[in-house]
Amino acid sequence: MRAKIGVVPQADNLDPDFTVVENLRIYGRYFGIKRAEIECRIPELLSLAALEEKVDCRINQLSGGMRRRLSITRALINSPELLILDEPTTGLDPQIRQNIWQLLRQLQNGGLTIILTTHYMDEAERLCGRIILMDHGRILADQTPEALVRERIEPHVLEVHGTDLRAWQQAHPLDRPIRCEQLGETWFYYGDNLEELVKSLDAWPSLRYSYRPANLEDVFLKLTGRELRDV
Amino acid sequence: MSDVLRRWLAIWSRNALVWRKSARTALLGGFAEPLFYLFALGYGLGTFIGEVAGVSYIAFLTAGILSTSAMNAATFEGLYLAYTRMEVLKTWDGMLAAPLSIADVVMGEVLWMGTKSLISASLILIVAAGFGLAKGWLALWVLPVAFLTGVCFGGMALVVTSFARSYDFFVYYITLGITPMVLLSGVFFPLESLPEPIRIGSACLPLQHVVGLIRPLVAGQADPSMLGHLCVPAVFAASSITLAVWRFNRRLVQ
Repeated sequence: MRAKIGVVPQADNLDPDFTVVENLRIYGRYFGIKRAEIECRIPELLSLAALEEKVDCRINQLSGGMRRRLSITRALINSPELLILDEPTTGLDPQIRQNIWQLLRQLQNGGLTIILTTHYMDEAERLCGRIILMDHGRILADQTPEALVRERIEPHVLEVHGTDLRAWQQAHPLDRPIRCEQLGETWFYYGDNLEELVKSLDAWPSLRYSYRPANLEDVFLKLTGRELRDV
Repeated sequence: MSDVLRRWLAIWSRNALVWRKSARTALLGGFAEPLFYLFALGYGLGTFIGEVAGVSYIAFLTAGILSTSAMNAATFEGLYLAYTRMEVLKTWDGMLAAPLSIADVVMGEVLWMGTKSLISASLILIVAAGFGLAKGWLALWVLPVAFLTGVCFGGMALVVTSFARSYDFFVYYITLGITPMVLLSGVFFPLESLPEPIRIGSACLPLQHVVGLIRPLVAGQADPSMLGHLCVPAVFAASSITLAVWRFNRRLVQ
Protein backbone atom coordinates (compact mmCIF):
# COMPACT_ATOMS: atom_id res chain seq x y z
CA MET A 1 0.00 0.00 0.00
CA ARG A 2 2.49 2.60 1.20
CA ALA A 3 4.60 1.94 -1.89
CA LYS A 4 1.83 3.53 -3.99
CA ILE A 5 1.13 6.51 -1.74
CA GLY A 6 3.02 9.76 -1.27
CA VAL A 7 2.61 11.60 2.05
CA VAL A 8 3.40 15.26 2.71
CA PRO A 9 3.14 16.09 6.44
CA GLN A 10 2.09 19.50 7.69
CA ALA A 11 5.53 20.24 9.13
CA ASP A 12 8.38 19.55 6.72
CA ASN A 13 10.53 16.63 7.80
CA LEU A 14 13.29 17.11 5.27
CA ASP A 15 16.76 16.17 6.50
CA PRO A 16 18.45 19.46 7.43
CA ASP A 17 21.92 17.91 7.21
CA PHE A 18 21.44 16.99 3.58
CA THR A 19 21.39 18.91 0.33
CA VAL A 20 18.33 19.02 -1.89
CA VAL A 21 19.48 16.15 -4.07
CA GLU A 22 20.59 14.03 -1.10
CA ASN A 23 17.14 14.40 0.42
CA LEU A 24 15.57 12.95 -2.72
CA ARG A 25 18.20 10.22 -3.03
CA ILE A 26 17.97 8.98 0.58
CA TYR A 27 14.17 9.12 0.56
CA GLY A 28 14.08 7.03 -2.59
CA ARG A 29 16.10 4.34 -0.83
CA TYR A 30 13.42 4.02 1.85
CA PHE A 31 11.16 2.76 -0.94
CA GLY A 32 13.76 0.31 -2.17
CA ILE A 33 14.03 2.05 -5.52
CA LYS A 34 17.18 1.14 -7.43
CA ARG A 35 19.94 3.74 -7.46
CA ALA A 36 19.89 4.14 -11.25
CA GLU A 37 16.14 4.63 -11.21
CA ILE A 38 16.38 7.26 -8.46
CA GLU A 39 19.06 9.16 -10.37
CA CYS A 40 16.80 8.97 -13.40
CA ARG A 41 13.87 10.50 -11.52
CA ILE A 42 15.78 13.25 -9.75
CA PRO A 43 16.06 15.74 -12.67
CA GLU A 44 12.33 15.41 -13.33
CA LEU A 45 11.46 16.04 -9.68
CA LEU A 46 13.89 18.95 -9.43
CA SER A 47 12.31 20.65 -12.41
CA LEU A 48 8.84 20.05 -10.98
CA ALA A 49 9.96 21.72 -7.75
CA ALA A 50 11.80 24.42 -9.77
CA LEU A 51 14.88 23.71 -7.68
CA GLU A 52 17.37 22.85 -10.45
CA GLU A 53 19.59 25.74 -9.34
CA LYS A 54 19.55 24.61 -5.72
CA VAL A 55 20.58 20.97 -6.16
CA ASP A 56 23.53 21.21 -3.81
CA CYS A 57 22.08 23.68 -1.33
CA ARG A 58 21.43 22.58 2.21
CA ILE A 59 17.85 22.66 3.43
CA ASN A 60 18.43 25.62 5.76
CA GLN A 61 19.52 27.69 2.76
CA LEU A 62 16.09 27.25 1.14
CA SER A 63 13.09 29.53 1.62
CA GLY A 64 9.86 28.21 3.14
CA GLY A 65 8.25 27.86 -0.27
CA MET A 66 11.21 25.95 -1.69
CA ARG A 67 11.13 23.54 1.25
CA ARG A 68 7.43 22.95 0.74
CA ARG A 69 7.93 22.28 -2.96
CA LEU A 70 10.77 19.91 -2.15
CA SER A 71 8.62 18.12 0.45
CA ILE A 72 5.89 17.64 -2.14
CA THR A 73 8.19 16.43 -4.88
CA ARG A 74 10.08 14.17 -2.45
CA ALA A 75 6.76 12.42 -1.80
CA LEU A 76 6.60 11.71 -5.55
CA ILE A 77 9.90 9.82 -5.68
CA ASN A 78 8.05 6.48 -5.74
CA SER A 79 5.70 7.63 -8.54
CA PRO A 80 2.64 7.26 -6.28
CA GLU A 81 -0.92 6.91 -7.51
CA LEU A 82 -2.24 8.87 -4.56
CA LEU A 83 -0.73 11.91 -2.86
CA ILE A 84 -1.86 12.84 0.65
CA LEU A 85 -1.15 16.34 1.95
CA ASP A 86 -1.83 17.66 5.43
CA GLU A 87 -2.54 21.40 5.30
CA PRO A 88 -0.14 22.06 2.43
CA THR A 89 -0.12 25.86 2.62
CA THR A 90 -0.64 26.61 6.30
CA GLY A 91 1.61 29.42 7.48
CA LEU A 92 2.88 30.35 4.01
CA ASP A 93 2.63 33.81 2.44
CA PRO A 94 0.19 34.50 -0.43
CA GLN A 95 2.75 34.23 -3.26
CA ILE A 96 3.98 30.87 -2.01
CA ARG A 97 0.44 29.58 -1.60
CA GLN A 98 -0.35 30.48 -5.21
CA ASN A 99 2.84 28.75 -6.23
CA ILE A 100 2.02 25.56 -4.30
CA TRP A 101 -1.50 25.52 -5.73
CA GLN A 102 -0.04 25.76 -9.20
CA LEU A 103 2.23 22.80 -8.50
CA LEU A 104 -0.65 20.73 -7.13
CA ARG A 105 -2.87 21.57 -10.11
CA GLN A 106 -0.08 20.58 -12.44
CA LEU A 107 0.08 17.20 -10.65
CA GLN A 108 -3.70 16.80 -10.85
CA ASN A 109 -3.60 17.48 -14.57
CA GLY A 110 -0.96 14.77 -14.86
CA GLY A 111 -3.52 12.30 -13.52
CA LEU A 112 -2.45 12.09 -9.87
CA THR A 113 -5.19 11.69 -7.26
CA ILE A 114 -4.74 14.10 -4.37
CA ILE A 115 -6.30 14.05 -0.92
CA LEU A 116 -5.64 17.10 1.18
CA THR A 117 -6.80 18.43 4.51
CA THR A 118 -7.15 22.16 4.89
CA HIS A 119 -9.01 24.76 6.91
CA TYR A 120 -8.67 27.32 4.15
CA MET A 121 -11.96 27.26 2.26
CA ASP A 122 -10.48 29.14 -0.68
CA GLU A 123 -7.87 26.43 -1.02
CA ALA A 124 -10.50 23.69 -0.99
CA GLU A 125 -12.63 25.58 -3.52
CA ARG A 126 -9.68 26.02 -5.86
CA LEU A 127 -8.18 22.56 -5.74
CA CYS A 128 -10.84 20.04 -4.89
CA GLY A 129 -13.31 18.18 -7.05
CA ARG A 130 -14.98 16.73 -3.99
CA ILE A 131 -15.14 18.12 -0.50
CA ILE A 132 -15.86 16.29 2.72
CA LEU A 133 -16.67 18.83 5.39
CA MET A 134 -15.88 17.56 8.85
CA ASP A 135 -16.50 18.99 12.30
CA HIS A 136 -15.30 17.24 15.46
CA GLY A 137 -14.86 14.03 13.49
CA ARG A 138 -18.39 14.10 12.09
CA ILE A 139 -19.03 14.35 8.36
CA LEU A 140 -21.36 17.28 7.67
CA ALA A 141 -21.30 17.26 3.89
CA ASP A 142 -19.74 15.35 1.02
CA GLN A 143 -20.22 17.11 -2.32
CA THR A 144 -18.50 19.00 -5.08
CA PRO A 145 -17.65 22.60 -4.10
CA GLU A 146 -20.16 23.93 -6.67
CA ALA A 147 -22.97 21.75 -5.31
CA LEU A 148 -22.13 22.75 -1.75
CA VAL A 149 -22.43 26.44 -2.52
CA ARG A 150 -25.51 25.90 -4.70
CA GLU A 151 -27.45 23.64 -2.37
CA ARG A 152 -26.33 24.42 1.13
CA ILE A 153 -26.57 28.20 1.23
CA GLU A 154 -28.43 31.19 -0.22
CA PRO A 155 -26.76 32.60 -3.34
CA HIS A 156 -25.88 36.04 -1.95
CA VAL A 157 -24.45 37.45 1.26
CA LEU A 158 -24.58 40.99 2.57
CA GLU A 159 -22.17 41.88 5.36
CA VAL A 160 -22.81 45.16 7.21
CA HIS A 161 -21.00 46.84 10.07
CA GLY A 162 -20.70 50.35 11.51
CA THR A 163 -21.86 52.54 14.36
CA ASP A 164 -25.28 53.44 12.92
CA LEU A 165 -26.24 49.84 12.30
CA ARG A 166 -29.15 49.88 14.76
CA ALA A 167 -30.62 53.08 13.32
CA TRP A 168 -30.39 51.70 9.80
CA GLN A 169 -32.10 48.48 10.82
CA GLN A 170 -34.93 50.43 12.44
CA ALA A 171 -35.32 52.70 9.42
CA HIS A 172 -35.45 49.79 7.02
CA PRO A 173 -37.28 46.91 8.64
CA LEU A 174 -37.12 43.74 6.58
CA ASP A 175 -40.25 43.43 4.41
CA ARG A 176 -39.84 39.66 4.05
CA PRO A 177 -38.11 36.97 6.10
CA ILE A 178 -34.38 37.07 5.35
CA ARG A 179 -32.02 34.78 7.20
CA CYS A 180 -29.55 36.85 9.16
CA GLU A 181 -26.82 36.34 11.73
CA GLN A 182 -25.02 38.64 14.07
CA LEU A 183 -21.37 38.26 14.93
CA GLY A 184 -20.15 40.99 17.24
CA GLU A 185 -20.61 44.30 15.42
CA THR A 186 -21.31 42.70 12.08
CA TRP A 187 -24.58 41.47 10.61
CA PHE A 188 -24.82 38.92 7.81
CA TYR A 189 -27.88 38.70 5.55
CA TYR A 190 -28.40 35.73 3.25
CA GLY A 191 -30.83 35.56 0.30
CA ASP A 192 -31.55 35.25 -3.42
CA ASN A 193 -31.77 38.93 -4.06
CA LEU A 194 -30.75 41.54 -1.53
CA GLU A 195 -30.51 44.48 -4.00
CA GLU A 196 -33.13 46.52 -2.19
CA LEU A 197 -31.40 46.16 1.13
CA VAL A 198 -28.09 47.11 -0.50
CA LYS A 199 -29.66 50.18 -2.12
CA SER A 200 -31.01 51.34 1.23
CA LEU A 201 -27.44 51.40 2.53
CA ASP A 202 -26.48 54.18 0.09
CA ALA A 203 -28.02 56.76 2.41
CA TRP A 204 -25.87 55.56 5.35
CA PRO A 205 -22.28 56.51 4.59
CA SER A 206 -21.19 55.58 8.11
CA LEU A 207 -21.98 51.91 7.46
CA ARG A 208 -19.51 49.68 5.68
CA TYR A 209 -20.82 46.74 3.75
CA SER A 210 -19.96 44.14 1.18
CA TYR A 211 -22.45 42.38 -1.09
CA ARG A 212 -21.12 39.25 -2.74
CA PRO A 213 -22.00 35.79 -3.98
CA ALA A 214 -21.91 33.16 -1.22
CA ASN A 215 -18.79 31.03 -1.07
CA LEU A 216 -17.55 27.87 0.59
CA GLU A 217 -16.51 29.73 3.72
CA ASP A 218 -20.13 30.84 4.24
CA VAL A 219 -21.26 27.23 3.83
CA PHE A 220 -18.68 26.07 6.33
CA LEU A 221 -19.69 28.68 8.88
CA LYS A 222 -23.37 27.90 8.35
CA LEU A 223 -22.84 24.20 8.92
CA THR A 224 -20.42 24.43 11.81
CA GLY A 225 -21.56 27.61 13.52
CA ARG A 226 -19.68 30.81 14.11
CA GLU A 227 -18.55 30.31 17.69
CA LEU A 228 -14.85 30.05 18.37
CA ARG A 229 -13.63 26.48 18.36
CA ASP A 230 -10.63 26.70 20.64
CA VAL A 231 -12.37 25.38 23.72
CA MET B 1 16.03 -11.88 3.75
CA SER B 2 17.91 -9.68 1.32
CA ASP B 3 14.87 -7.41 1.21
CA VAL B 4 14.86 -7.06 4.99
CA LEU B 5 18.55 -6.25 4.93
CA ARG B 6 17.97 -3.75 2.15
CA ARG B 7 15.42 -1.92 4.33
CA TRP B 8 17.74 -1.86 7.34
CA LEU B 9 20.59 -0.60 5.20
CA ALA B 10 18.43 2.21 3.80
CA ILE B 11 18.10 3.56 7.35
CA TRP B 12 21.69 2.74 8.22
CA SER B 13 23.01 4.61 5.20
CA ARG B 14 20.95 7.68 6.03
CA ASN B 15 22.64 7.90 9.42
CA ALA B 16 26.03 7.07 7.93
CA LEU B 17 25.72 9.97 5.48
CA VAL B 18 24.83 12.40 8.28
CA TRP B 19 27.82 11.15 10.28
CA ARG B 20 30.18 11.53 7.33
CA LYS B 21 29.16 15.15 6.99
CA SER B 22 30.18 15.98 10.53
CA ALA B 23 32.83 13.29 11.00
CA ARG B 24 35.48 15.67 12.25
CA THR B 25 33.54 16.86 15.30
CA ALA B 26 32.05 13.42 15.82
CA LEU B 27 35.50 11.87 15.92
CA LEU B 28 36.76 14.40 18.42
CA GLY B 29 34.18 13.34 20.99
CA GLY B 30 34.18 9.64 20.26
CA PHE B 31 37.91 9.15 19.88
CA ALA B 32 40.04 11.97 21.25
CA GLU B 33 38.32 12.14 24.62
CA PRO B 34 38.74 8.45 25.53
CA LEU B 35 42.38 8.65 24.48
CA PHE B 36 42.96 11.61 26.80
CA TYR B 37 41.60 9.51 29.64
CA LEU B 38 43.62 6.50 28.61
CA PHE B 39 46.94 8.32 28.59
CA ALA B 40 46.30 10.71 31.46
CA LEU B 41 45.02 8.04 33.83
CA GLY B 42 47.14 5.28 32.35
CA TYR B 43 50.47 7.04 32.71
CA GLY B 44 49.49 9.45 35.49
CA LEU B 45 47.83 7.01 37.88
CA GLY B 46 49.84 4.15 36.44
CA THR B 47 53.05 5.49 38.00
CA PHE B 48 51.55 5.11 41.47
CA ILE B 49 49.74 1.86 40.79
CA GLY B 50 52.40 -0.08 38.99
CA GLU B 51 51.10 -3.42 37.77
CA VAL B 52 47.49 -4.60 37.84
CA ALA B 53 46.60 -8.23 37.20
CA GLY B 54 50.05 -8.88 35.87
CA VAL B 55 50.17 -6.02 33.32
CA SER B 56 51.03 -2.30 33.45
CA TYR B 57 48.09 -0.14 34.54
CA ILE B 58 47.80 1.53 31.14
CA ALA B 59 47.61 -1.87 29.41
CA PHE B 60 44.91 -2.85 31.92
CA LEU B 61 43.05 0.40 31.31
CA THR B 62 43.19 0.05 27.50
CA ALA B 63 40.56 -2.69 27.52
CA GLY B 64 38.36 -0.65 29.88
CA ILE B 65 38.56 2.45 27.71
CA LEU B 66 37.83 0.44 24.55
CA SER B 67 34.75 -1.06 26.20
CA THR B 68 33.37 2.17 27.64
CA SER B 69 33.89 4.13 24.42
CA ALA B 70 32.06 1.45 22.46
CA MET B 71 29.28 1.67 25.02
CA ASN B 72 29.21 5.48 25.08
CA ALA B 73 29.19 5.88 21.30
CA ALA B 74 26.07 3.73 20.98
CA THR B 75 24.41 5.11 24.11
CA PHE B 76 24.76 8.72 22.98
CA GLU B 77 23.45 7.85 19.53
CA GLY B 78 20.52 5.86 20.93
CA LEU B 79 19.51 8.56 23.41
CA TYR B 80 20.12 12.06 22.12
CA LEU B 81 20.46 11.56 18.39
CA ALA B 82 17.68 8.98 18.08
CA TYR B 83 15.37 11.20 20.13
CA THR B 84 16.20 14.12 17.85
CA ARG B 85 15.39 12.05 14.79
CA MET B 86 12.14 10.85 16.32
CA GLU B 87 10.74 14.00 17.95
CA VAL B 88 12.56 17.02 16.56
CA LEU B 89 13.40 16.26 12.93
CA LYS B 90 10.56 13.73 12.50
CA THR B 91 12.91 11.69 10.34
CA TRP B 92 11.25 8.50 11.48
CA ASP B 93 7.83 9.78 10.40
CA GLY B 94 9.22 10.15 6.90
CA MET B 95 10.58 6.61 7.00
CA LEU B 96 7.29 5.26 8.29
CA ALA B 97 5.42 6.95 5.44
CA ALA B 98 7.54 4.79 3.13
CA PRO B 99 7.12 1.02 3.17
CA LEU B 100 9.27 0.63 6.33
CA SER B 101 8.07 -0.69 9.68
CA ILE B 102 9.02 0.27 13.23
CA ALA B 103 11.05 -2.95 13.39
CA ASP B 104 12.98 -1.84 10.29
CA VAL B 105 13.64 1.57 11.81
CA VAL B 106 14.83 0.08 15.12
CA MET B 107 17.04 -2.48 13.38
CA GLY B 108 18.52 0.10 10.98
CA GLU B 109 19.21 2.40 13.92
CA VAL B 110 20.70 -0.33 16.10
CA LEU B 111 22.98 -1.53 13.30
CA TRP B 112 24.15 2.03 12.89
CA MET B 113 24.84 2.27 16.63
CA GLY B 114 26.89 -0.91 16.38
CA THR B 115 28.82 0.74 13.55
CA LYS B 116 29.46 3.85 15.64
CA SER B 117 30.92 1.69 18.40
CA LEU B 118 32.99 -0.16 15.83
CA ILE B 119 34.43 3.10 14.46
CA SER B 120 35.23 4.39 17.92
CA ALA B 121 36.89 1.14 19.03
CA SER B 122 38.89 0.80 15.78
CA LEU B 123 40.46 4.22 16.16
CA ILE B 124 41.36 3.67 19.80
CA LEU B 125 42.72 0.24 18.97
CA ILE B 126 44.96 1.66 16.23
CA VAL B 127 46.43 4.22 18.63
CA ALA B 128 46.77 1.63 21.40
CA ALA B 129 48.54 -0.75 19.00
CA GLY B 130 50.84 2.10 18.00
CA PHE B 131 51.87 2.42 21.65
CA GLY B 132 52.32 -1.32 21.96
CA LEU B 133 49.26 -1.67 24.20
CA ALA B 134 47.46 -4.18 22.00
CA LYS B 135 49.36 -7.31 21.18
CA GLY B 136 49.01 -9.60 18.20
CA TRP B 137 46.33 -10.20 15.59
CA LEU B 138 43.94 -11.60 18.16
CA ALA B 139 43.28 -8.00 19.21
CA LEU B 140 41.36 -7.55 15.96
CA TRP B 141 38.59 -9.66 17.51
CA VAL B 142 37.92 -6.59 19.64
CA LEU B 143 36.14 -5.10 16.63
CA PRO B 144 33.23 -7.55 16.33
CA VAL B 145 32.88 -7.40 20.11
CA ALA B 146 32.69 -3.61 19.88
CA PHE B 147 29.97 -3.96 17.25
CA LEU B 148 27.97 -6.26 19.51
CA THR B 149 28.51 -3.80 22.38
CA GLY B 150 27.06 -1.06 20.19
CA VAL B 151 24.03 -3.14 19.24
CA CYS B 152 23.47 -4.05 22.91
CA PHE B 153 23.78 -0.53 24.35
CA GLY B 154 22.10 1.02 21.33
CA GLY B 155 19.07 -1.21 21.90
CA MET B 156 19.03 -0.39 25.60
CA ALA B 157 19.27 3.34 24.89
CA LEU B 158 16.38 3.08 22.42
CA VAL B 159 14.20 1.53 25.13
CA VAL B 160 14.98 4.54 27.34
CA THR B 161 14.27 6.89 24.42
CA SER B 162 10.92 5.22 23.86
CA PHE B 163 9.83 6.46 27.31
CA ALA B 164 11.42 9.92 27.00
CA ARG B 165 9.33 13.10 26.79
CA SER B 166 12.37 15.41 26.73
CA TYR B 167 16.16 15.27 26.71
CA ASP B 168 16.23 15.72 30.51
CA PHE B 169 14.93 12.20 30.96
CA PHE B 170 18.24 10.74 29.78
CA VAL B 171 20.08 12.05 32.83
CA TYR B 172 18.34 9.38 34.93
CA TYR B 173 19.59 6.58 32.73
CA ILE B 174 23.12 7.94 32.51
CA THR B 175 23.45 8.78 36.21
CA LEU B 176 21.67 5.75 37.61
CA GLY B 177 22.47 3.20 34.92
CA ILE B 178 25.54 3.91 32.85
CA THR B 179 27.81 5.56 35.44
CA PRO B 180 27.46 2.87 38.15
CA MET B 181 27.86 0.23 35.46
CA VAL B 182 31.22 1.71 34.43
CA LEU B 183 32.36 1.63 38.05
CA LEU B 184 31.20 -1.94 38.60
CA SER B 185 32.52 -3.50 35.40
CA GLY B 186 36.26 -3.67 35.93
CA VAL B 187 37.02 -0.70 33.71
CA PHE B 188 39.35 1.21 36.06
CA PHE B 189 40.17 -1.49 38.61
CA PRO B 190 39.85 -5.28 38.73
CA LEU B 191 36.53 -6.75 39.80
CA GLU B 192 38.33 -8.64 42.54
CA SER B 193 38.70 -5.39 44.51
CA LEU B 194 34.92 -5.16 44.90
CA PRO B 195 33.21 -6.65 47.97
CA GLU B 196 31.86 -10.14 47.33
CA PRO B 197 28.07 -9.33 47.38
CA ILE B 198 28.49 -6.41 44.98
CA ARG B 199 30.62 -8.51 42.69
CA ILE B 200 28.00 -11.23 42.49
CA GLY B 201 25.18 -8.73 42.09
CA SER B 202 26.93 -6.89 39.29
CA ALA B 203 27.63 -10.06 37.28
CA CYS B 204 24.55 -9.41 35.16
CA LEU B 205 25.83 -6.05 33.88
CA PRO B 206 26.57 -6.31 30.16
CA LEU B 207 29.56 -3.98 30.28
CA GLN B 208 31.33 -6.30 32.73
CA HIS B 209 31.22 -9.08 30.15
CA VAL B 210 32.31 -6.79 27.34
CA VAL B 211 35.38 -5.95 29.41
CA GLY B 212 35.76 -9.66 30.14
CA LEU B 213 35.99 -10.30 26.41
CA ILE B 214 38.06 -7.32 25.35
CA ARG B 215 40.72 -7.47 28.08
CA PRO B 216 42.18 -10.88 27.13
CA LEU B 217 41.85 -10.10 23.41
CA VAL B 218 43.84 -6.88 23.77
CA ALA B 219 46.50 -8.84 25.62
CA GLY B 220 46.61 -11.34 22.77
CA GLN B 221 44.96 -14.18 24.66
CA ALA B 222 41.85 -16.16 23.86
CA ASP B 223 40.30 -19.32 25.15
CA PRO B 224 36.91 -20.99 24.64
CA SER B 225 35.73 -20.13 28.16
CA MET B 226 35.48 -16.50 27.04
CA LEU B 227 32.54 -17.34 24.80
CA GLY B 228 30.33 -17.41 27.88
CA HIS B 229 30.85 -13.65 28.18
CA LEU B 230 29.15 -13.19 24.80
CA CYS B 231 25.82 -14.39 26.17
CA VAL B 232 25.02 -11.48 28.48
CA PRO B 233 25.42 -8.65 25.93
CA ALA B 234 23.70 -10.82 23.30
CA VAL B 235 20.69 -11.42 25.57
CA PHE B 236 20.54 -7.73 26.50
CA ALA B 237 20.70 -6.83 22.80
CA ALA B 238 17.94 -9.20 21.73
CA SER B 239 15.58 -8.38 24.55
CA SER B 240 16.08 -4.61 24.40
CA ILE B 241 15.54 -4.57 20.63
CA THR B 242 12.30 -6.54 21.04
CA LEU B 243 11.14 -4.24 23.80
CA ALA B 244 12.08 -1.13 21.81
CA VAL B 245 10.10 -2.31 18.79
CA TRP B 246 7.06 -2.96 20.98
CA ARG B 247 7.39 0.38 22.78
CA PHE B 248 7.83 2.46 19.61
CA ASN B 249 4.92 0.67 17.97
CA ARG B 250 2.78 1.80 20.88
CA ARG B 251 4.20 5.29 20.92
CA LEU B 252 4.39 6.11 17.22
CA VAL B 253 1.93 3.92 15.36
CA GLN B 254 -1.08 3.28 17.57
